[in-house]
This record gives sequence, structure tokens and C-alpha cells, in this order.
Amino acid sequence: MDHSATVSQLRPVASARPKMVVREATKFYETKSGAVHALDAVSLDVLEGEFLCILGPSGCGKTTLLWSMAGLHDLSSGEIRLGDERIAKPHPEIAMIFQDANLLPWRNLSENIALPFEIKRQRPDRDRIARLMARVNLDGFETKYPRELSGGMQQRASIVRSLAVNPSVLLMDEPFGALDAFTRDEMNLLIQEIWMETRKTIVFVTHSISEAIFLADRVVVMSVRPGRVASIYNIDIPRPRPVHIQTRPDFIERILTIKAKIDHGRGAAIGVAIT
Amino acid sequence: MDKALGGQIPEFNRKAAGADKADLGGMVAFSVGEHRSTLEVLVIVLVAVVIIGGSELALIAFNVPQYVLPRPSQIVTALFTEWPNIWPHLLTTLYELAVGFAIGGLIGFLLAAVITQYPFVEKVVTPYILLLVTTPMLALVPLLILRFGFGSEPRIIAVVLASGPMVMINSATGFRRVDLAKIALARSFGASTFQIFTKIRIPMAMPMIIVGLMVGSIFGLLTTIGAEMVGGAEGLGNRLTYYSALIRMPQFFAIILILAIIGISIYVFFFWVGRKWASWEA
Repeated sequence: MDHSATVSQLRPVASARPKMVVREATKFYETKSGAVHALDAVSLDVLEGEFLCILGPSGCGKTTLLWSMAGLHDLSSGEIRLGDERIAKPHPEIAMIFQDANLLPWRNLSENIALPFEIKRQRPDRDRIARLMARVNLDGFETKYPRELSGGMQQRASIVRSLAVNPSVLLMDEPFGALDAFTRDEMNLLIQEIWMETRKTIVFVTHSISEAIFLADRVVVMSVRPGRVASIYNIDIPRPRPVHIQTRPDFIERILTIKAKIDHGRGAAIGVAIT
Repeated sequence: MDKALGGQIPEFNRKAAGADKADLGGMVAFSVGEHRSTLEVLVIVLVAVVIIGGSELALIAFNVPQYVLPRPSQIVTALFTEWPNIWPHLLTTLYELAVGFAIGGLIGFLLAAVITQYPFVEKVVTPYILLLVTTPMLALVPLLILRFGFGSEPRIIAVVLASGPMVMINSATGFRRVDLAKIALARSFGASTFQIFTKIRIPMAMPMIIVGLMVGSIFGLLTTIGAEMVGGAEGLGNRLTYYSALIRMPQFFAIILILAIIGISIYVFFFWVGRKWASWEA
């Protein structure tokens, strides 16, 4: 399959220098019922300072791709690089934000945020953490335990935990998938603001088309089993993007275009599975 | 209106109370004593007064002889008058229990921590541990006495055998509760396998480890007393057989009172430990 043909010719918003490079990434999982082909020769450049959304239905390998980029998974073949370094294990420049916040329930917020520092045997950067906590409106909640907080607050704390170690790449794995629609909008605005302030390179996995379009410079659509890059869309909507642009006709048109692409891909995949 | 729902704030984000406790077995123990109101405490004390006072009066009224059932006042009096003869035995029992439980608990914990890392070894070892858990270790005491004599050693060994597997099987359940996302989280920040063990696996297993320690120590107490009843001349278990042989029932019941206090103290201690180290789960 020729991936480059589907890549839009428009110049991306961010600088053209690739921050992370994925080359021919292929992954099989060994299971009892045989090998599962999760990723099939995925090639992708993530540009420096870019907000990239990876979009696809469940089982398209987007989480596998992200975990491989985080160095949590081996690839069966192909490689992933950060600059010139090959990613084979977790890299200090890359931080991951997980589904459902993934806070440790036996630690309060400040202890949770101190975890990466403990692991790296560093003293927590108190000033930076305090600033970040204030930035996401969590100041005063340092001694609260995760179960005492709402889902949105938990996810904001997990964002602080990741940003506290000042990574240059943020990998986000459906971070707002479990939140209600209002909180989700709020979180999308927050992450947009944080991105505009810090210009970190963000790779954001989601199965919500509107979330992907709302946040991204580029949306990478993946197809199902095996996971492949089906197409890439440039989103040239100027920032900051307010929540209500999601109801504008041109925004909805973008949603429909991408949806048509996903449905088409899925139909073909099912056909393959039946025959 | 549904009575159960009447005054409740509908909070669907939170898990229903007790909903996730089913799989935790003994963990429920930590929530048993939670949130007692003053009224409840008062009623509990009142019930105790009624039972103790009532039995005192009933035993007087029906003129029950002391050797059948002593009155509460006689038991307490016996506890104080006989105390100089009792306390060396109390120390022996506590010593055997503490040493046996410390050894058994440590072995059980370490074994659980190591074995759960190797699923194959775990599958092979678990049936034998289960055998140790289900077989009353008291049965081995006569044999141990033959080999080690009438001192503390056979009893300590029996306590090790009784409490160790109990701690092990519960801790193993805790260590088996792997949350892949939390391990991935620690790993993504560069955690070593040892750091994942100390920062993720142990805290996550802690509620079950504490349950194991609680159950293991209670089983240890049981075995200590039982082993002392089988042979030797020391310990509270031995005193039970001694006083009952002499039909000194107030003294006999005084020993039982002491045993009840030890048991409750163990429970309260681990309840407190659970509150402190495992409250995040309850």
C-alpha cells in the first residue's frame, strides 16, 4: 500500500523538522488463537511542535503505535526514532498520558506528581509543579486523594504529572475518552492552551472525529486489522479554536469527509475478514 | 419510594458501596467498624452490660454451682488473684506466637512476592500451599513434640506452618492483581523492575497482604494454644487443661478472657494498619 499518495500536499503548520519518525512499524501479538497483526508497516513523521491526532476505530492499533512510540512495546519490525535516537525503551524526553488519568489511588495528588521524580531519583521541581497546578486550577488540592476528585480533575493532575518532568514530546492515549461531553470540551480547551503555551510535540490518540479535528494540526486516520495509515488530513483552522466551531458547517463537513473514509475502510476490512 | 434509595444522593461516578469488595474477601473486615455513631457505641456497651450483668444475676438466681459456670465477678476476681501464676504463661504464649508469626509471615510474604513473578512456578507450588492452608497444622504437633521435645520449638514450628501459608496465599492474591496501565505508567518514566515492585506492586498488594497478616496471626494464635494443650507445661493453652483438670473454673475462664483480649487486640491492630496503609481501597 502506498501511504505517501494519500498524504495531503499542504505544508503543515508546525516547523517541517521531524521530531519523531516511525518507519515501517509492524507489530504482531502472539496469542493462544494465533498471531494478531496489530500494525502493518506504519510510517509516519511527527513534526517538531506539532499537534498530531491519530484517529481510528477500536482495534486499529493506535494504542499499540502510541505504546511503541513511548518505548513500552517492542516492534516486530521497523523502527521508531526520536531525533537520531532509536526508541527501544522509555525515553526521558517522552511522557505519556493514559486513559482514565491512571493516578495511583494510594497516593495523594502531590505524591502522585512526585512519582516520576522518585523514579528518576531527582528532587521534585516544587516551583514548576506549583505553577502547573495553578495553571490547571488544582492549587489547594495537593493533599486530596484521586477518589476524592472528579474525572476531569484527575486527568488534569495526570497532565501536571507528565508536564512536571518537562518532556518535549507528550503521547496521549485517549485521555478524555471516559469523561462526559462538557468536561471533555473543557479538557480539550485546556490541552489546546497548554500546547499553545508550551509548543510541545503532542501525539494524541482518540476515536472521536470531532475531538481529533478540534485539536490537531494533522489527523492521521488508521484502518482496522492490520493497523495501517489510511490517510492524513491537514486541519488549517486558526487557533485558538473555540468550542463552538464544532457546530460550524465547514467543521461538520470535515467530520463527514473523515467519517466516510473510516466507514469505507471498515467495510473493506470486514469484507476481507468474511472471505 | 424505594427505602434504600430514599435519602441517597445519586452518584453514578462512584462505585456502589461494597460493589468492588466481593472479590477482596477479608478486605470487608476493614469496613466493618467504620463510621460508628455515638448511638451505636452506646447500644453496643449497653448490650455488653446487659449480658454480663444478666448472666451474673441469673447464675445467682438459679444457684448455678461455680464448677458448672462461674459468675463474671468470680472470673474477674480469679484473673486478679491468679495473675502472678498466669503471666509467665502469657509471656510464653506471646513469645511463641510472635516468633512463629514473624518467621511464617516473612517467609509467606517473600514466597508470594517471588512466586507470583513466575506463573509456572506459581501453578506448581499453589496446590501444596493450599494443602498447608487447609490441613490443620495442630495435627503435626504430636510428631513435632517427638522430634523437638516439650519446649517452645515444636509450637513455634507449628505456628510458622499455620500462619506462613495463610500470609502467602493472601499476599499472592494481592500480587496477582496486576494493573498493566499502572506498570506501564511507572515504566514510561523509566522505572526499573525493582522500582515497579516497590512503587506499584507492593502498594497495590498491600490490602491483601494486611488481610493475610491478620488471618495468619489469628491462625497462629489458634495453633499456639492448641499446641500448648497437646503437651508441655507452659503457656496459656497448658493452663486451660491444667485448670479444667482441677475444676478451677473461674481461673479457666480467666484464661479464656485473656485469649479473647489477645485475639481482639490482633484484630484491632491490623484494622488500624489497614486503615493507615490500605484505606484507599475500602
